[in-house]
Amino acid sequence: MSGTEPIDGEDAPDEGHYHLRLYVAGQTAKSLAAMANLKRFCEEHLAGHYDIEVVDLMKNPQLAAGDQILAIPTLVRRLPAPLKRIIGDLSNTEKVLIGLDIRPKAGGF
Amino acid sequence: MASEPESPLKAVPALPKVATGISGFDAITFGGLPKGRPSLVCGAAGCGKTLFATTFLVNGATRFGEPGVFMSFEERAEDLVANVASLGYDLDGLVAQGKLAIDHVRVERGEIEETGEYDLEGLFIRLGFAVDSIGAKRVVLDTIETLFAGFSDETVLRAELRRLFGWIKDRGLTAIITGERGDGQLTRQGMEEYVSDCVVLLDNRVEDQITTRRLRVVKYRGSAHGTNEYPFLIDAEGISVLPVTSADLDYTIAEGVIATGIAGLDAMLEPGGFHRGTSILISGEAGTGKTMIASSMIDAACARGERCMAFVFEESGHQIARNARSVGLDLARHVEAGLLRFEAARPSLYGLEMHLARMHRDIDRFEPALVVIDPLSALRGPPVELQSTMLRMIDLLKSRGITAVFTSLREDGDIDHDSAIGVSSLMDAWVKLLNVEANGERSRTLYVIKARGMRHSNQVREFTMSEVGIALIDAYIGPAGVLTGTARVVQEAEEAAAALRREQENLRRQREALRRRRSLERQIDELRATLESVEEEEALLLSEDEMRETTLANGRRNLAARRGSAR
Repeated sequence: MSGTEPIDGEDAPDEGHYHLRLYVAGQTAKSLAAMANLKRFCEEHLAGHYDIEVVDLMKNPQLAAGDQILAIPTLVRRLPAPLKRIIGDLSNTEKVLIGLDIRPKAGGF
Repeated sequence: MASEPESPLKAVPALPKVATGISGFDAITFGGLPKGRPSLVCGAAGCGKTLFATTFLVNGATRFGEPGVFMSFEERAEDLVANVASLGYDLDGLVAQGKLAIDHVRVERGEIEETGEYDLEGLFIRLGFAVDSIGAKRVVLDTIETLFAGFSDETVLRAELRRLFGWIKDRGLTAIITGERGDGQLTRQGMEEYVSDCVVLLDNRVEDQITTRRLRVVKYRGSAHGTNEYPFLIDAEGISVLPVTSADLDYTIAEGVIATGIAGLDAMLEPGGFHRGTSILISGEAGTGKTMIASSMIDAACARGERCMAFVFEESGHQIARNARSVGLDLARHVEAGLLRFEAARPSLYGLEMHLARMHRDIDRFEPALVVIDPLSALRGPPVELQSTMLRMIDLLKSRGITAVFTSLREDGDIDHDSAIGVSSLMDAWVKLLNVEANGERSRTLYVIKARGMRHSNQVREFTMSEVGIALIDAYIGPAGVLTGTARVVQEAEEAAAALRREQENLRRQREALRRRRSLERQIDELRATLESVEEEEALLLSEDEMRETTLANGRRNLAARRGSAR
């Protein structure tokens, strides 16, 4: 479970901490699903190396432009660089892995 | 294709409209875009969609007190600001004043991984936030079709777009949606399906290496609109659409008569000049003096303190001013006084529309009382376009009460050899200059072919140009025909000689008659004297007879007396 191992070579200087931000708009079904999926996913693949920030654009609409949010829900990988963006309710785990550039844990499955 | 979308909105007596502030466009749509609804502006790349939309917003913010949101899906805010800065639009300033909000929506397929269900609520929130932050009434979405490149789920996208346009209507926002022209339909993704209230098509065509932009209102639900293709122009002043300004000839006419500065020409026209606000054609071949007559009219107008503007296509303003000096006209003085402006450009520099639009703008800014276009025949283009350009040009001038002087190289007043475009019929007055060649010399003559609304001389005049100006001379019209130049002088000399001869003959005859009369009188006197002497003689004879008779009677009496005494 060393921090450097699951990350690509170019991200190596980074300590491998994942800073994720999930943009939602109110408590819609899609938003709730995305939050649940994200939590499950992170516990599974990034346990101890992540923090999640949930931004509700209904409350803070001014934040939408900054991260170029169009679709809801959107997950933004703030760290490690580069910035990555995933849309949808995160129900497709494989695509989330690709989108966040995470290699499935060796022997994890 | 345009499907039947949502049921017609509540029937309002007159469709409320929002002015775009784009000159000409508001005229052909009778007020502008439909208020509180989205309109589609589509066209191929580079035809001015973004500029049209930006102008709509800037005018709204600066002239109509309606703040606007520009949501750009293509250009970054900085680029947008830089692009329209050349038109004098200060987007940054408007943003700082809270009259404009620009939001650049970046859509990049490569950055978006779709991992499940989603919607475009983020777009709604961004737009809603921007609209609320400045209280916007106008919205531009440029070019929302870019979204189709960013998201793979077209079903979601189309549903969301439908929702977005519904949302715009619900919010009462007047919106322009731009769309790139697609194959066989107005936009690539069939945006016309969603935005069906008003569709404007922009076009950019190249003919004979000259580009002309055109605009057409494809549909305008619930409103009448001009259906033609109208040329439009993008230049440093922004966008302007050029409708045929007055299909109806209802302009008010300017009153008054303006002198031409040529005394002889004024005298040929009954009121002493041309009517103000009319269009005057001066036609004639090269070297007949068209420009000089036009210069003379300019000088006369400037001397009255009126502004003049000359659009010259074959010479520079300086050259015309210099040439006019040769006939004693000082035009440079008027230029310095700010009364006269020359706008010189080669005819091929722009397309016809561009020329027209440039005139339009310059005339509106300078507000001249007299406009000279020298020569009209220099403008070249397809006949149909040429005629419509002329028409609009004349309308443009007439509707402003500006007197227009056109010169034309073609002496028959036509513009084109191949076609019968008679500009002359559009003109109110027509002065024709003709070089008459005879006896190895040319002399300039001038006719007034027509002058609407006034009596005018039908006779030809010869005119001369000298350092004291242009002077008209009555041409010789007599049994030998119309003679000009030296022939006229010779003929006149001959006539003078003949007249002298006739006069001398007359005098001689008078003298002869007098002589004869006197001789007769003398004879009468002589006869009368003879008669008198005869009468005297008769009287003498008569008295002698009497005396003899008396003497005889006395003798007889004496004799009788003597005989009687003897018996």
